[in-house]
Amino acid sequence: MSDMTLRQWLLTDAPTSRRHARLASLYKGWLSLRSNTMAMFGLGILVALLLMAFLAPILAPHDPYAQDLANRLLPLGTEGHVLGTDSLGRDILSRLIHGSRITLYIVTLVALIAPLAGLLVGTIAGYTGGWADVVLMRITDIFLAFPRLVLALAFVAALGAGIENAVLAISLTAWPPYARIARAETLTIRSSDYISAVRLQGANPIRIITKHIWPLCISSLIVRVTLDMAGIILAAAGLGFLGLGAQPPSPEWGAMISEGRRFILDHWWVATMPGLAIFTVSLAFNLLGDGLRDVLDPKDGGQ
Amino acid sequence: MTLLDVQDLWVKFPTRQGIFEAVRGVSFTLGKERLGIVGESGSGKSMTGRAILRLIRPPGIVEADHVALEGTDLLGLSEKQMRKVRGERISMVMQDPKFSLNPVMRVGDQIMEAYLLHNQVGKAEARAKSLEMLQAVSIRDPERVMRAYPHEMSGGMGQRIMIAMMLIPNPQILIADEPTSALDVSVQRQVLNIMDDLVKQRGMGLIFISHDLNLVSEFCDRVLIMYAGRIVETCAADRLHEAQHPYTRGLLNSLPRLDQPRRKLDVLTRDPAWAEVPSVGGKA
Amino acid sequence: MSMIEIDGLNVWFGHGPDRVDAVKGAAFTVEPGESFGLVGESGSGKSTILRAITGLAPDWSGRISIGGRALTGHKRDRAFYRQVQMVFQDPYASLHPRHSVDQVLSETLQLHGFRDIDARVVRLLDDVGLGQKFRFRYPHQLSGGQRQRVAIARALAGEPEIVLLDEPTSALDVSVQAEILNLLTDLREEHKLTYLMVSHDLPVIGHMCDRLAVMKDGEIVEVMAVGALRAMQAQHPYSQSLLEASIAPGSRSA
Repeated sequence: MSDMTLRQWLLTDAPTSRRHARLASLYKGWLSLRSNTMAMFGLGILVALLLMAFLAPILAPHDPYAQDLANRLLPLGTEGHVLGTDSLGRDILSRLIHGSRITLYIVTLVALIAPLAGLLVGTIAGYTGGWADVVLMRITDIFLAFPRLVLALAFVAALGAGIENAVLAISLTAWPPYARIARAETLTIRSSDYISAVRLQGANPIRIITKHIWPLCISSLIVRVTLDMAGIILAAAGLGFLGLGAQPPSPEWGAMISEGRRFILDHWWVATMPGLAIFTVSLAFNLLGDGLRDVLDPKDGGQ
Repeated sequence: MTLLDVQDLWVKFPTRQGIFEAVRGVSFTLGKERLGIVGESGSGKSMTGRAILRLIRPPGIVEADHVALEGTDLLGLSEKQMRKVRGERISMVMQDPKFSLNPVMRVGDQIMEAYLLHNQVGKAEARAKSLEMLQAVSIRDPERVMRAYPHEMSGGMGQRIMIAMMLIPNPQILIADEPTSALDVSVQRQVLNIMDDLVKQRGMGLIFISHDLNLVSEFCDRVLIMYAGRIVETCAADRLHEAQHPYTRGLLNSLPRLDQPRRKLDVLTRDPAWAEVPSVGGKA
Repeated sequence: MSMIEIDGLNVWFGHGPDRVDAVKGAAFTVEPGESFGLVGESGSGKSTILRAITGLAPDWSGRISIGGRALTGHKRDRAFYRQVQMVFQDPYASLHPRHSVDQVLSETLQLHGFRDIDARVVRLLDDVGLGQKFRFRYPHQLSGGQRQRVAIARALAGEPEIVLLDEPTSALDVSVQAEILNLLTDLREEHKLTYLMVSHDLPVIGHMCDRLAVMKDGEIVEVMAVGALRAMQAQHPYSQSLLEASIAPGSRSA
């Protein structure tokens, strides 16, 4: 044991404790993710985004709300305003940095609510079958039949504008695809021998769904969530753009584009810089999602 | 006459723990005969068959002095030339016909397509030829089978159709990888008899890959026994039950037999030395 | 009193015009401590009988009684699961891909209401000849034979009286098959188990069982003692042809 390096200990095929086994399988997943350059690139961007959001007050050169009408619509590269200023003379870089907090907040909440709701509905429908399946999946179909942004708009219009309501609206429109994936996975898992085996031990359906079916569905949902993340950010930005998400003067990226739209011909950078930020983060999530799909695909048996 | 000459064949796969050698320096020849390759799962028998046809996908690596088909080294051919070899000179039958037939195409269309791919003839002739091929594999009602979809066929029927398709280009060598393992015993015999007749009539070389010692000893002329990527023993098929190598003996003794009831079966104890001994030459 | 009593058992799948009768009027009994085999080709309904007993095949009629208690419908109570367990055919499909050996066995023991789970996991692993170093491995770190041993340990965890074996070695190499069959022989003696074993392989059934039933197209065509099988004294022409096809060529000449 003493002449074993940490790497060998983690790569062993014969783990000696529960903790060891879990760490070893995590490490193997990390290794195969690390071998995917593009996924690591995406992960790098996202880590940078996290740091940026965390350290926003330190990193931002200016107060994101401080108006300076004398210096409005300054171009890129101006002394003291690297990315220029907007129509009220606010520093765009500072607003982008602070805006990352709002983006992360929205993304995290949606990523928690929508897949969980979808997982719950999908696995219950798939495992129980019969009328419960029919009722749950028809409800899912009804949600799926609406264009996403239009439905979100309707919800926000009913609930009132604001970030929390935007999150809720996006989540409400985002869960049905997850429910469909979870149900499809459950249908194949349900008839497998290992589920029959645990049924023969007298396990009840709740236990089978939560302990045996969920762990296998979750990995494909995580992949799907990271791939959908771009869409979620864009939906949030879209709501912001339409003035139904974050309210001014909040530096939400979509709202910033909306403001910059008025000057797009003469002062293109005001709308373009937040647009680039959205593009970069969406791309990063897509790249990471692609890499995670290779690592988490349950068909590989975790190898 | 030697159809195929394999000299020092290696198949390697790079893994995180280093390079995994699936086949380690195997040499053998194939004439117009039925050559059996037996071994357990992981012995490298299937990899050997695939390596001959260069069906090992990257990152897998195939190395050999030569894999010569009547003097031409297959490893030196371009992928385009290799496709021609695969279709016309060496054919392969896989274990499960369910995965080898296109589920949304009628059986007849698939056979005719295979025929038209290799012969510049009209549709009517291709059809007549396909019916003939189905009759050659003892399908009693070829007209009905031509119209059917693969899922309407039983396993034995599916495997006959596969064999028929493989034989259309009139190949010199047929590689059969566990062709009857998915079939019931009674059907197994029929399929084997069909293959046997065809090989004899057409003077083909057959490489028959199987885990079933009894089947191989009954059906083949010569047998190579593989263990850990190497050939540990080679013998005439009808003398397989007199095999000398402890591995072969162990495999034979671990089979339950109706005529010799025992309370416990013999368990094969593996000697690490078996994996280290250089490969036995399988030249006829 | 018989351990397993089956009489006039019909099992079907689907309804109306899609109905497929998988088992038709099957009848046999298995005595306590006996090992009984069901032989037949694919689609003969042999595995379906096991699934009907365990409640995995919901539509059946006739009589199934286990240890004198008649079963109804497809719901089984806790006592049934304590008494009857099953080993599945494909060890690659019968273990949860994300659960380690330890998780599989601990959960099973917990479901059967045991307290001393740690000690029992250790004992089970020793019983099936795996030992401690396999305890925290995941299925993909195990060979087929090792997986099947885990599946057997799982079946034995609840200390059942009856073990249903559904082609337990057909997915394994012959040398591994010998190891698993020997293990099953030993376990049966140690734990006084009753086996109901399904296989398409006559020599395996001949090795493992005391009596057997030959099935064809959902019906039992013949029930015989293993002695008659070994002496090649099958009565029904179908059993004779099966027997004929399973005799190894080497033994025929010997």
